[in-house]
Amino acid sequence: METLFYIAAAVTVLATLRVITHVHAVHALLYLVVALIALALIFYLLGAQFAAALEIIIYGGAIMVLFIFVVMLLGPLAVEQERTWLTPGTWVGPGILALVLLGEVGYLIAVGDHLPVTVSEARQKGVSIALYGPYIIGVELASMLLLPGLIGAYHLGRRVSKESR
Amino acid sequence: MLSTPALVLAMMLFSLGLVGLLSRRNILYMLLSLEIMLNAASLAFIAGGARWGQVDGEIMFLFILTLAAAEVSVALGIVLQLSYRFHTLDVDAFSEMKG
Repeated sequence: METLFYIAAAVTVLATLRVITHVHAVHALLYLVVALIALALIFYLLGAQFAAALEIIIYGGAIMVLFIFVVMLLGPLAVEQERTWLTPGTWVGPGILALVLLGEVGYLIAVGDHLPVTVSEARQKGVSIALYGPYIIGVELASMLLLPGLIGAYHLGRRVSKESR
Repeated sequence: MLSTPALVLAMMLFSLGLVGLLSRRNILYMLLSLEIMLNAASLAFIAGGARWGQVDGEIMFLFILTLAAAEVSVALGIVLQLSYRFHTLDVDAFSEMKG
Protein backbone atom coordinates (compact mmCIF):
# COMPACT_ATOMS: atom_id res chain seq x y z
CA MET A 1 0.00 0.00 0.00
CA GLU A 2 2.86 2.36 0.79
CA THR A 3 4.47 1.41 -2.51
CA LEU A 4 1.24 2.13 -4.36
CA PHE A 5 1.06 5.51 -2.69
CA TYR A 6 4.63 6.44 -3.58
CA ILE A 7 4.21 5.36 -7.22
CA ALA A 8 1.01 7.40 -7.53
CA ALA A 9 2.72 10.36 -5.84
CA ALA A 10 5.62 10.16 -8.30
CA VAL A 11 3.17 10.07 -11.21
CA THR A 12 1.35 13.11 -9.81
CA VAL A 13 4.52 15.17 -9.36
CA LEU A 14 5.92 14.23 -12.79
CA ALA A 15 2.65 15.06 -14.56
CA THR A 16 2.33 18.35 -12.66
CA LEU A 17 5.88 19.28 -13.59
CA ARG A 18 5.04 18.69 -17.25
CA VAL A 19 1.88 20.80 -16.88
CA ILE A 20 3.72 23.89 -15.72
CA THR A 21 6.59 23.49 -18.19
CA HIS A 22 4.72 22.61 -21.39
CA VAL A 23 4.13 25.12 -24.16
CA HIS A 24 1.16 23.46 -25.87
CA ALA A 25 -2.06 23.98 -23.95
CA VAL A 26 -3.64 20.70 -25.08
CA HIS A 27 -0.57 18.69 -24.03
CA ALA A 28 -0.54 20.41 -20.65
CA LEU A 29 -4.23 19.54 -20.23
CA LEU A 30 -3.51 15.88 -21.01
CA TYR A 31 -0.86 15.81 -18.31
CA LEU A 32 -3.17 17.58 -15.87
CA VAL A 33 -5.86 14.92 -16.41
CA VAL A 34 -3.27 12.24 -15.60
CA ALA A 35 -2.22 14.15 -12.49
CA LEU A 36 -5.84 14.42 -11.34
CA ILE A 37 -6.46 10.71 -11.82
CA ALA A 38 -3.29 9.87 -9.88
CA LEU A 39 -4.49 12.19 -7.13
CA ALA A 40 -7.83 10.35 -7.11
CA LEU A 41 -5.93 7.10 -6.52
CA ILE A 42 -4.14 8.75 -3.60
CA PHE A 43 -7.49 9.83 -2.16
CA TYR A 44 -8.65 6.22 -2.44
CA LEU A 45 -5.57 4.97 -0.63
CA LEU A 46 -6.19 7.52 2.12
CA GLY A 47 -9.64 6.01 2.64
CA ALA A 48 -11.74 8.73 0.97
CA GLN A 49 -13.48 6.71 -1.73
CA PHE A 50 -16.27 9.21 -2.36
CA ALA A 51 -13.75 12.00 -2.78
CA ALA A 52 -11.79 9.84 -5.23
CA ALA A 53 -14.88 9.26 -7.37
CA LEU A 54 -15.76 12.97 -7.30
CA GLU A 55 -12.21 13.89 -8.22
CA ILE A 56 -12.39 11.79 -11.38
CA ILE A 57 -15.96 12.73 -12.35
CA ILE A 58 -15.93 16.45 -11.64
CA TYR A 59 -12.26 17.45 -11.91
CA GLY A 60 -11.04 14.97 -14.50
CA GLY A 61 -14.32 15.04 -16.38
CA ALA A 62 -16.24 18.28 -16.15
CA ILE A 63 -13.61 20.89 -15.36
CA MET A 64 -11.05 19.53 -17.83
CA VAL A 65 -13.70 19.41 -20.55
CA LEU A 66 -14.39 23.09 -19.85
CA PHE A 67 -10.71 23.86 -20.27
CA ILE A 68 -10.50 21.87 -23.51
CA PHE A 69 -13.58 23.65 -24.91
CA VAL A 70 -12.00 27.02 -24.18
CA VAL A 71 -8.68 26.01 -25.75
CA MET A 72 -10.57 24.93 -28.84
CA LEU A 73 -12.57 28.19 -28.88
CA LEU A 74 -9.54 30.40 -28.44
CA GLY A 75 -7.78 30.03 -31.73
CA PRO A 76 -8.87 29.19 -35.22
CA LEU A 77 -7.71 25.63 -35.56
CA ALA A 78 -5.42 25.48 -38.52
CA VAL A 79 -4.93 22.05 -40.05
CA GLU A 80 -1.19 22.34 -39.58
CA GLN A 81 -1.61 23.06 -35.88
CA GLU A 82 -4.00 20.16 -35.55
CA ARG A 83 -1.43 17.91 -37.17
CA THR A 84 1.28 18.96 -34.72
CA TRP A 85 -1.11 18.34 -31.82
CA LEU A 86 -1.99 14.83 -32.91
CA THR A 87 1.50 13.39 -33.35
CA PRO A 88 1.93 10.02 -31.64
CA GLY A 89 4.70 11.50 -29.54
CA THR A 90 2.11 13.62 -27.78
CA TRP A 91 0.43 10.62 -26.27
CA VAL A 92 3.54 8.74 -25.17
CA GLY A 93 4.19 10.64 -21.95
CA PRO A 94 0.62 10.77 -20.58
CA GLY A 95 0.05 7.24 -21.89
CA ILE A 96 2.97 5.80 -19.94
CA LEU A 97 1.94 7.61 -16.76
CA ALA A 98 -1.67 6.44 -17.19
CA LEU A 99 -0.46 2.86 -17.77
CA VAL A 100 1.38 2.97 -14.44
CA LEU A 101 -1.86 4.06 -12.78
CA LEU A 102 -3.81 1.35 -14.60
CA GLY A 103 -1.36 -1.24 -13.27
CA GLU A 104 -1.89 0.06 -9.75
CA VAL A 105 -5.68 -0.08 -10.08
CA GLY A 106 -5.44 -3.59 -11.52
CA TYR A 107 -3.32 -4.61 -8.56
CA LEU A 108 -5.84 -3.09 -6.14
CA ILE A 109 -8.71 -4.95 -7.84
CA ALA A 110 -6.77 -8.24 -7.92
CA VAL A 111 -5.78 -8.05 -4.25
CA GLY A 112 -9.26 -6.96 -3.25
CA ASP A 113 -10.26 -7.42 0.35
CA HIS A 114 -6.83 -8.29 1.66
CA LEU A 115 -5.88 -4.63 1.70
CA PRO A 116 -6.81 -2.58 4.75
CA VAL A 117 -8.58 -0.22 2.33
CA THR A 118 -12.19 -1.26 1.93
CA VAL A 119 -15.27 0.78 1.26
CA SER A 120 -16.48 1.68 4.71
CA GLU A 121 -20.19 2.32 4.67
CA ALA A 122 -20.19 4.00 8.07
CA ARG A 123 -17.73 6.62 6.87
CA GLN A 124 -19.81 7.60 3.85
CA LYS A 125 -22.86 7.78 6.07
CA GLY A 126 -20.93 10.02 8.44
CA VAL A 127 -20.03 12.34 5.57
CA SER A 128 -23.67 12.70 4.56
CA ILE A 129 -24.91 13.24 8.11
CA ALA A 130 -22.26 15.85 8.84
CA LEU A 131 -22.86 17.58 5.50
CA TYR A 132 -26.56 18.08 6.19
CA GLY A 133 -26.12 18.51 9.93
CA PRO A 134 -23.49 20.92 11.25
CA TYR A 135 -22.33 21.92 7.77
CA ILE A 136 -25.75 22.83 6.35
CA ILE A 137 -24.81 26.52 6.26
CA GLY A 138 -21.86 25.58 4.06
CA VAL A 139 -24.17 23.81 1.64
CA GLU A 140 -26.38 26.91 1.47
CA LEU A 141 -23.35 29.11 0.90
CA ALA A 142 -22.18 26.77 -1.87
CA SER A 143 -25.53 27.17 -3.62
CA MET A 144 -25.25 30.94 -3.21
CA LEU A 145 -21.81 30.70 -4.84
CA LEU A 146 -22.91 28.49 -7.72
CA LEU A 147 -25.82 30.67 -8.83
CA PRO A 148 -23.72 33.85 -9.32
CA GLY A 149 -21.12 31.60 -10.94
CA LEU A 150 -23.71 30.41 -13.45
CA ILE A 151 -24.99 33.92 -14.19
CA GLY A 152 -21.48 35.33 -14.40
CA ALA A 153 -20.33 32.60 -16.78
CA TYR A 154 -23.39 33.20 -18.98
CA HIS A 155 -22.81 36.93 -19.01
CA LEU A 156 -19.09 36.70 -19.73
CA GLY A 157 -19.41 33.89 -22.24
CA ARG A 158 -21.41 35.87 -24.78
CA ARG A 159 -19.48 36.88 -27.84
CA VAL A 160 -19.75 40.67 -27.96
CA SER A 161 -20.65 41.81 -31.44
CA LYS A 162 -18.97 44.83 -32.96
CA GLU A 163 -22.06 47.05 -33.19
CA SER A 164 -23.34 46.50 -29.66
CA ARG A 165 -20.03 47.47 -28.05
CA MET B 1 0.22 5.79 8.18
CA LEU B 2 0.24 7.62 4.89
CA SER B 3 -0.77 11.02 6.23
CA THR B 4 2.69 12.52 6.61
CA PRO B 5 3.88 11.64 3.07
CA ALA B 6 0.50 12.83 1.79
CA LEU B 7 1.06 16.19 3.47
CA VAL B 8 4.55 16.37 1.98
CA LEU B 9 3.07 15.60 -1.43
CA ALA B 10 0.44 18.31 -0.93
CA MET B 11 3.22 20.77 -0.11
CA MET B 12 5.16 19.78 -3.23
CA LEU B 13 2.08 20.12 -5.45
CA PHE B 14 1.22 23.49 -3.94
CA SER B 15 4.77 24.73 -4.52
CA LEU B 16 4.68 23.50 -8.12
CA GLY B 17 1.39 25.31 -8.69
CA LEU B 18 2.75 28.48 -7.11
CA VAL B 19 5.88 28.33 -9.28
CA GLY B 20 3.71 27.86 -12.34
CA LEU B 21 1.46 30.76 -11.35
CA LEU B 22 4.41 33.07 -10.83
CA SER B 23 6.50 32.04 -13.81
CA ARG B 24 3.95 31.66 -16.61
CA ARG B 25 2.53 34.73 -18.31
CA ASN B 26 -0.20 32.90 -20.25
CA ILE B 27 -3.49 33.34 -18.44
CA LEU B 28 -4.64 29.82 -19.31
CA TYR B 29 -1.59 28.27 -17.64
CA MET B 30 -2.09 30.52 -14.63
CA LEU B 31 -5.60 29.07 -14.31
CA LEU B 32 -4.19 25.54 -14.58
CA SER B 33 -1.70 26.36 -11.82
CA LEU B 34 -4.56 27.63 -9.67
CA GLU B 35 -6.29 24.28 -10.19
CA ILE B 36 -3.14 22.46 -9.09
CA MET B 37 -2.95 24.58 -5.95
CA LEU B 38 -6.63 23.94 -5.13
CA ASN B 39 -5.99 20.23 -5.58
CA ALA B 40 -3.02 20.37 -3.23
CA ALA B 41 -5.18 22.07 -0.63
CA SER B 42 -7.86 19.41 -0.93
CA LEU B 43 -5.21 16.68 -0.63
CA ALA B 44 -4.05 18.28 2.61
CA PHE B 45 -7.65 18.29 3.90
CA ILE B 46 -8.17 14.64 2.96
CA ALA B 47 -4.88 13.65 4.59
CA GLY B 48 -5.87 15.47 7.75
CA GLY B 49 -9.26 13.79 7.76
CA ALA B 50 -7.64 10.38 7.28
CA ARG B 51 -5.15 11.05 10.09
CA TRP B 52 -7.81 11.90 12.68
CA GLY B 53 -10.51 9.57 11.37
CA GLN B 54 -12.95 12.44 10.95
CA VAL B 55 -15.24 13.18 8.01
CA ASP B 56 -14.60 16.95 8.03
CA GLY B 57 -11.73 16.60 5.59
CA GLU B 58 -13.95 15.08 2.92
CA ILE B 59 -16.59 17.76 3.50
CA MET B 60 -14.02 20.48 2.98
CA PHE B 61 -13.01 18.65 -0.20
CA LEU B 62 -16.62 18.89 -1.42
CA PHE B 63 -16.65 22.64 -0.74
CA ILE B 64 -13.31 23.10 -2.53
CA LEU B 65 -14.73 21.18 -5.49
CA THR B 66 -17.75 23.49 -5.63
CA LEU B 67 -15.51 26.53 -5.38
CA ALA B 68 -13.26 25.24 -8.17
CA ALA B 69 -16.22 24.58 -10.48
CA ALA B 70 -17.64 28.08 -9.98
CA GLU B 71 -14.21 29.70 -10.27
CA VAL B 72 -13.29 27.86 -13.45
CA SER B 73 -16.56 28.67 -15.22
CA VAL B 74 -16.28 32.40 -14.50
CA ALA B 75 -12.53 32.54 -15.15
CA LEU B 76 -12.82 30.77 -18.50
CA GLY B 77 -15.53 33.24 -19.52
CA ILE B 78 -13.12 36.05 -18.66
CA VAL B 79 -10.37 34.32 -20.70
CA LEU B 80 -12.68 34.13 -23.71
CA GLN B 81 -13.63 37.80 -23.43
CA LEU B 82 -10.00 38.86 -23.07
CA SER B 83 -8.96 36.85 -26.09
CA TYR B 84 -11.78 38.36 -28.17
CA ARG B 85 -10.89 41.92 -27.20
CA PHE B 86 -7.08 41.84 -27.00
CA HIS B 87 -6.31 38.89 -29.32
CA THR B 88 -3.69 37.63 -26.91
CA LEU B 89 -3.49 35.63 -23.69
CA ASP B 90 -0.52 37.53 -22.26
CA VAL B 91 -1.55 38.86 -18.85
CA ASP B 92 0.89 41.76 -19.14
CA ALA B 93 -1.16 43.07 -22.07
CA PHE B 94 -4.26 43.44 -19.87
CA SER B 95 -2.99 46.50 -18.06
CA GLU B 96 -5.49 49.12 -19.15
CA MET B 97 -6.72 49.60 -15.61
CA LYS B 98 -3.71 51.29 -14.07
CA GLY B 99 -4.03 51.46 -10.35
